[in-house]
Amino acid sequence: MNPEPREMMEFDVVIVGAGPAGLAAAIRLRQLSLERGRDISVVVVEKGSEVGAHILSGVVVDPIGLDQLLPEWRTHPERPLTTEVTEDHFLQLSASGARALPAKLMPKLLSNHGNFIGSLGNVARFLAARAEELGVEIFPGFAATELLYDGDRVVGIATGDMGVARDGTARPDHVRGMELRARYTLLAEGARGSLSKQAIARYWLDKGSDFQKYGIGMKELWQVKPEHFRPGHVQHSFGWPLDKHTGGGSFLYHFDDNLVAVGFVVHLNYSNPTLSPFDEFQRFKTHPAIRDTFEGGKRLAYGARALTEGGWQSVPRLTFPGGALLGCAAGFVNVPRIKGSHNAILSGRLAADAIADELVRDEPAIEPVAYERNWRGSAIGRDLHPVRNVKPLWSRYGMPLGVMLGGIDMWSHQILGRSLFGTVAHGKPDHACLRLLSEVTPIQYPKPDGVVSFDKLSSVFLSNTNHAEDQPCHLKLRDPSVPIKNNLPLYGEPARLYCPAGVYEVTYEDDFKKIGPRFVINSQNCVHCKTCDIKDPAQNITWVPPEGGGGPNYPNM
Amino acid sequence: MKILVPVKLVIDSNAKARVKPDQSGVDLANVKLSINPFDEISVEEAVRLKEAGKVSEVVAVTIGVAKAQDALRAALAIGADRGILIQTDEMVEPLAIAKLLAKVAEAEQPGVVILGKQAIDDDSNQTGQMLGALLGWPQATFASKVDLSAEAVEVTREVDGGHQTLKLTLPAIVTTDLRLNEPRYPSLPNIMKAKKKPIETKAPADYGVDVTPRLKLLKVGEPPARSAGIKVKTAGELVEKLKSAGAL
Ligand SMILES: Cc1cc2nc3c(=O)[nH]c(=O)nc-3n(C[C@H](O)[C@H](O)[C@H](O)COP(=O)(O)OP(=O)(O)OC[C@H]3O[C@@H](n4cnc5c(N)ncnc54)[C@H](O)[C@@H]3O)c2cc1C
Ligand code: SF4
Repeated sequence: MNPEPREMMEFDVVIVGAGPAGLAAAIRLRQLSLERGRDISVVVVEKGSEVGAHILSGVVVDPIGLDQLLPEWRTHPERPLTTEVTEDHFLQLSASGARALPAKLMPKLLSNHGNFIGSLGNVARFLAARAEELGVEIFPGFAATELLYDGDRVVGIATGDMGVARDGTARPDHVRGMELRARYTLLAEGARGSLSKQAIARYWLDKGSDFQKYGIGMKELWQVKPEHFRPGHVQHSFGWPLDKHTGGGSFLYHFDDNLVAVGFVVHLNYSNPTLSPFDEFQRFKTHPAIRDTFEGGKRLAYGARALTEGGWQSVPRLTFPGGALLGCAAGFVNVPRIKGSHNAILSGRLAADAIADELVRDEPAIEPVAYERNWRGSAIGRDLHPVRNVKPLWSRYGMPLGVMLGGIDMWSHQILGRSLFGTVAHGKPDHACLRLLSEVTPIQYPKPDGVVSFDKLSSVFLSNTNHAEDQPCHLKLRDPSVPIKNNLPLYGEPARLYCPAGVYEVTYEDDFKKIGPRFVINSQNCVHCKTCDIKDPAQNITWVPPEGGGGPNYPNM
Repeated sequence: MKILVPVKLVIDSNAKARVKPDQSGVDLANVKLSINPFDEISVEEAVRLKEAGKVSEVVAVTIGVAKAQDALRAALAIGADRGILIQTDEMVEPLAIAKLLAKVAEAEQPGVVILGKQAIDDDSNQTGQMLGALLGWPQATFASKVDLSAEAVEVTREVDGGHQTLKLTLPAIVTTDLRLNEPRYPSLPNIMKAKKKPIETKAPADYGVDVTPRLKLLKVGEPPARSAGIKVKTAGELVEKLKSAGAL
């Protein structure tokens, strides 16, 4: 297609992603703008069809971020978090049993006291409404697909064209994308952002840090029977159904009116290529200690999203000429707490402070280095530093030793103020962790029972996922022969299993004799979790944003 | 000439409708709402007529809760010029909607009112027809083609087994069907401009219309779940099963 020139608009700051990080930055910038009586124009683009449509999280929120950003949130009539945590349980599961860890053993660092249970999608909607009141322009339904450069400096983004046919030609309703130019560009795309990935590579932002590590988190929202509902109840588990070499665990939160958020995280450094995170999740719900909660209830929604797990030692350099990485695009998740939303908000605020100071100078944008300089000493650094060894120790020593060592290390921080291990490195990147099919015992999963456990397709249906049909595939294979030529014989093509939405399939010309394999990509099912971009052993799959507005339509996830 | 386009905010076509536990209605909390797809087609048609120089102004009107103005913003982003929100928290039935629209039409004096043939939430398919009757204007429903001139509008409608073309003298009512056009993607600058276009907020009482419901909603339920299918081995077995199910 012959690209016609794009229209252009100019702003002081353009923010990619209307999650907690991006919206916090937008709000803070406008607050400072009003305080200082100096206009700062801020625009936010969001690939979801509305704010919150692509947000999926647990979620138990540590209110530290909201309290700093919008102290009045607690009394606001539309406040999105109303259920305070009342009970906090930690279970170790075996195939038939469950052992509760005594509360006394739990390091204070993990306490959920004073935290709130809710929906992060609704938190984002609340923040978006406040941002718009402050004069921020928010555009849902528009994906940022390109970084714009002037020499070595990022000077904005371009949104993708709409109405492009599968073969790349223009459809009758074709509309060219827009250039949004800005003095500062903030990337708040969440875990494994597509533009963040480009910026990290181009500016070598991860030169001085460890690999980023990831997990895949799947979640369902249930409306349970009132007799099974315990408002404010928080429960985490580890152990079964994962084996002792595979990291991960479950969360289960009771909130609002008979709602239960249940989810399962599998660390993406798992090594058995026959593991299916989705089926582990479904199997988990059938455990005798878990199943009762869901009996007689109704599953309302399903979705999945990758989360960062590298923590302190994996945070890349946050800034580059003309912009910065925020929130999970930078990897600010506290793994043992499985919380990142508070740090996402704090990082948005911290970056906004750094940029507002630069904007006052009226000179061309430079790198907002104050943000990079300040985060380790800020509340974010204080949150991540003491827990930095939990994930690498877990990965290195497995269950139960690795988890115990991680616990001891957190206690050591609490009592002695320091770690016993220094800073433990992460080992290998996630895509390099798979063992060969010939070296492992294949995992067999039970059939879903249709009561508490389900198959993938009926689950994806509950993510309300929709993509315009006639558009180019947004899952790009660098070499289209790799799935069948390498991944299939070596690993059984693990994409079939790690994708939580059934996007990837291997079909056969002769299904019975398994002759003539073909790799099929059902891209219209993609829930934008980014797992394939992370886990493909050949690093052959690149996730790029599809036409704006496509993807899941999560309600309150 | 002016065109009046009534629009409605409805549960999004990708969202799953869920019945409230007490069966008093569909649960709209946390559910995505969008402009009714047929109304989007109506707005697109009106804006195309304006772009073709046949129309001077496109006015969008909606009746509903404060949030219903999202449907107006969507219409303004496609290219409508201004909006009217008649705000009420009542469940407004098609007849009351038609009465309110008749009042708006009397005040605005449009050449044509273009409505969607139905809203995808309650599928009533009544408002356009009732409006025609209340105003005494000619109506053409289920339009798949609209040709407007200064005195008349020629409408091709989809009917059983083919097409029917009608010529109506103005002012007239047109309701739109799916094949009339494919609405555009609103561009970013147009969405931005839409935020600044005027929306006038009114109440049903301003028009002297009583919107108290005349129907009583007994209950809303989900369709019965389909039981799982079975596989039969022979034609004989099939006949037997159909007989025992009382189907033969
Ligand atoms: C299963 C699971 C459970 C979790 N539980 C908790 C918990 O209990 N408590 C907690 O605090 N944290 C939890 N987290 C972590 C938390 O969700 C993240 O830390 C948080 O969402 C990060 O916020 P963010 O704004 O950086 O990114 P996100 O929330 O991911 O938001 C990014 C936004 O940017 C948009 N976007 C991305 N790329 C583009 C693009 N190119 N163009 C336009 N838009 C784009 C996305 O659509 C999205 O709306 C959990 C995460 C998962 C996956
Ligand atoms: S295709 Fe990739 S990004 Fe999409 S749902 Fe599957 S694993 Fe996630």
